[in-house]
Amino acid sequence: MAVNSFRSDGLNQPELTFGQKLTSLNWLLVLLITMIAAVGFLMLYSAANGDVYPWAVRHAVRYGVCLLVMVTIAMVDIRFWIKSAYIGYALVLALLLLVEVMGEIGMGAQRWIDLGVVQLQPSELMKIALVLALARFFHGFSYEEVGNPLNLLVPLLLIALPAVLVLRQPDLGTALMMLAGSGAIFFLAGVRIWKFMLVIAAGLGAIPIAWQFLRGYQKQRILTFLDPESDPLGSGYHILQSKIALGSGGMFGKGFLKGSQSHLNFLPEKQTDFIFTMLAEEFGMVGGLAMLGLYVLTIGYGFAIAIRCRSQFGRLVAMGVTTTLFLYLFINVAMVMGLIPVVGVPLPLISYGGTAMLTMMIGLGLLLGVSIHRDVRIARSGVDEE
Amino acid sequence: MLKSSEQDVQKVFTRRALVLAGGKLTLVGALAARLYYLQVIEAEKFELLSRDNQFNLELLPPIRGRILDRNGTPLADNQDNFRVEIVREQTDDVALTLDKLASIIEVQEWDVRRVLKDVKRKRAFVPVTVVENLTREEIARVAVNAPYLPGIRIEVGRSRRYPFGEAAVHVTGYVAAVSESELTGDPVLELPDFRIGKNGIEKSHDTEMRGTAGQRQVEVNAIGRIIRKLPGDEGQPGEDVRLTIDVELQRFANERLSRGLANRLPIDDPRGQLALGQASADVVEAHIDRATVLVDDDGAVVEPESGAAVVIDVHSGELLALSSVPGYDPNPFNHGLSAKDWERLLSNPRAPLNNKAITGQYPPGSTFKMLTCLAALDSGLANADTRFFCPGHLELGDTRFHCWKRPGHGWLDMKAALAQSCDVYMYELGKRLGIDKIHAMGKRLGLGSKLGIDLPGEREGLMPSRDWKLATRGVPWQQGETLVSSIGQGFVLTTPLQLATMTARMVNGGFKVEPTLVKRAATGGGDAAATFESTGLDPRHLEEIRTAMSEVVNGDRGTARGVQGADDDVKIGGKTGTAQVRRITMAERLAGITKNKDRPWGHRDHALFVGFGPVDAPRFAVATVVEHGGGGSSMAAPIASDILREAIRIDPLRGGLTRNGTSAADPVQEADQQGVTRSSGGTRG
Repeated sequence: MAVNSFRSDGLNQPELTFGQKLTSLNWLLVLLITMIAAVGFLMLYSAANGDVYPWAVRHAVRYGVCLLVMVTIAMVDIRFWIKSAYIGYALVLALLLLVEVMGEIGMGAQRWIDLGVVQLQPSELMKIALVLALARFFHGFSYEEVGNPLNLLVPLLLIALPAVLVLRQPDLGTALMMLAGSGAIFFLAGVRIWKFMLVIAAGLGAIPIAWQFLRGYQKQRILTFLDPESDPLGSGYHILQSKIALGSGGMFGKGFLKGSQSHLNFLPEKQTDFIFTMLAEEFGMVGGLAMLGLYVLTIGYGFAIAIRCRSQFGRLVAMGVTTTLFLYLFINVAMVMGLIPVVGVPLPLISYGGTAMLTMMIGLGLLLGVSIHRDVRIARSGVDEE
Repeated sequence: MLKSSEQDVQKVFTRRALVLAGGKLTLVGALAARLYYLQVIEAEKFELLSRDNQFNLELLPPIRGRILDRNGTPLADNQDNFRVEIVREQTDDVALTLDKLASIIEVQEWDVRRVLKDVKRKRAFVPVTVVENLTREEIARVAVNAPYLPGIRIEVGRSRRYPFGEAAVHVTGYVAAVSESELTGDPVLELPDFRIGKNGIEKSHDTEMRGTAGQRQVEVNAIGRIIRKLPGDEGQPGEDVRLTIDVELQRFANERLSRGLANRLPIDDPRGQLALGQASADVVEAHIDRATVLVDDDGAVVEPESGAAVVIDVHSGELLALSSVPGYDPNPFNHGLSAKDWERLLSNPRAPLNNKAITGQYPPGSTFKMLTCLAALDSGLANADTRFFCPGHLELGDTRFHCWKRPGHGWLDMKAALAQSCDVYMYELGKRLGIDKIHAMGKRLGLGSKLGIDLPGEREGLMPSRDWKLATRGVPWQQGETLVSSIGQGFVLTTPLQLATMTARMVNGGFKVEPTLVKRAATGGGDAAATFESTGLDPRHLEEIRTAMSEVVNGDRGTARGVQGADDDVKIGGKTGTAQVRRITMAERLAGITKNKDRPWGHRDHALFVGFGPVDAPRFAVATVVEHGGGGSSMAAPIASDILREAIRIDPLRGGLTRNGTSAADPVQEADQQGVTRSSGGTRG
């Protein structure tokens, strides 16, 4: 209903009908997302040496279910999400706590909740719940109010609680992603630049102290990242083999199903974290750039949706989700190319893994919802219409 | 107010969102740049590393060349070695499968334990050897039961086999696992079951018998499992080495040498059992794994003799037998000898590991006397008719040099002096010749330096000279030492190979034949004049020496007249020698111990004989040394003449007699039937 959106700042906003919502759904974005998921299907087929089992089929089924979830979320009135933002946050935080408690029994790193049918990874869901909660908080704040440091205490607490829990799992990658994503929302909400400078300076100063608290394997990963050739058969093995796979792919790749590094198992975790390497080995730089292009388009859409949204909540949610997608992409790809240390972050919508896909699709559902409800005005309190 | 605030917020958001988007774009640009760097700029390097990962070079060990005797009978060949392996990933229960296997073929308890340990340590697809060296019947049993033996498979490798066991061990040598110091960087040497020549021909011709390894690329995955084998270079099998040795003569010589003067009885013979029952423990030990026992005329067990015999073709220099006893079995070295067995070989006083034919250095004793005579003839200081009187000794200054015959020989010419082995006659010649001329003649006849035979460990012997004495002892040469040298005692040392070569050069018309062990097409003719340079000796002088050597055997007073043989036997010539190892001490003399038999083995004289035959047209020369064997006439002559006559008898050039003519009573064959050496049956009728 493009005509509606250009009406004067109408106080009487008509409720959108289901049909209207369905037509105003950004189908191009849905197509883009589906294309990315289809690439995932192909690569998982290749990872199983040309078999839809065990990964590709389940990936497709999951995508189908998640697609429904995404569209459903997009249909829901954005005011519902602002109302339930804190409740959602609280629920996911509770799940995180549950994992923490169960973790005492697990094998070191406990990140899962077994719900019988699915295994849920609350730290993934928290990435979106945090975006919603922060957007809810900053919604309706004036620039001056944001400038008051005291007003930042609550959102900082919102970040700190899950971050500490995730760090205790220990999952440094996810914790850093949460911090970066939240940082972006703070930045967009108008938090003064000097405060960021202060935090960055403090963070750098804290590195030597933080080093003491890192686990052995985390230290090793960072050391290995700094000099991967020092230990080619140990921790450096993965990243070295990944670089070999990428480099030997060359400009046009070795061909679908023909990646020797992947198919002879030199490449670790090729169906999850290192799936981009496999793609770039088999389809070369051309394939790799095309893949990056799909993501860049998706992120670009997210940016456009955010800019055009009339409510601060919608803008922050759209930009927060987009940033989360970007962080997944950047951390994963930079990691497999040896630009940053190995952290367990999947390639969104392509890597095999249920929760990550669900998280991303919920996020994208919210993004699409923002797009549909871009003209819906939301009261400052977030609860009632003005 | 409210509106403007909201607009402020939106303005800040838009501005900052643009900054954020720009930042993201930059970072994605960095990813793209990194991709370009890895996949375009560094592509070649990673392509290479990727191929390294994907393919392993697999070496295909070449088949080792065989060692054949002059008739083509293999002395060393390769045997299929069937083994049973188990692959863990192909069976549900390794222990159960091994149990089933043990009910089909014999599997040792400790093998089972070793396998159970190994399968856990190695990757699931890596085969572990269960049993090796299976018989064909055992293979058949396993093959038939294969459906009930999941994970079990039969593989065939090759191991070196010496069908004649110890008979030719000093010639063939043996192969064993490559040691650290032998690694040259050639990867084939690093294969776990690769064997390298450690001794004998196996060592000296190792490179040509080794061949070249084939190569094949195999595609492997990250844990080393072979995915695919690509066609490759098959490699080059090693070359066979054909020897001049006749293995039947070699075996005859070995048996004859070790038997000495005793009788060989099967070990289960009642007389043998009786003798063994009375023998001391270490004597019994020496017979413990043998099928026969040596018993002397008094019915007592005697230990096998220790010594060497060399048979050489006097025209071509080809060695038909190069025998050294005792020997040892080269087969166990293939899989590694136990420390205990190795220790036993090392500590044996009769030195089975030494090839005495080329490494044993003995005083030649009287076998040297022809050389002294030749030197005198050649220098014109004497002729065949030159006569000296032997009163039983010769005085030189204050020293009295004895003849072996105390009462003396009386007047003798050269022929009689050689036939009766008079020492005084040689002293007289030596006194006139001086050491220089004797030394020069020794060199011409091949003494005092290596003959360059194709075996490791050959020794030089010693042909003493003035320079040598001054250099090594720091004192000048004494004339008395010349006298001692002229009867082959003192400093003179020779190897049996040198003695055989010396004899060959005396009887072949005076050509410097060189002993060879490896058959080469070029030396096939056997024409010494065409192949070798002349010694420059006068044929008439050589003829006189030959006549004298015939007299040793065939003359009425010859020291070896005991081996004349019957009238229809081939006539041979030769020379006995008895080399003193230790003087008989005054204490021994007072105690009445003058006979060798009464002295400890290591104190007894060496018994020597050099010979040739037939007398009228010499074909072969022989040299025999029996360590501490007593007298040349009594011990060495009978052995050497038997070996020489056997060489002539089986000589294909003589026609008539064939290899199959060997009589059934042949003791070697008897021993063969007793199982002393196995698996030679094919070559005999």
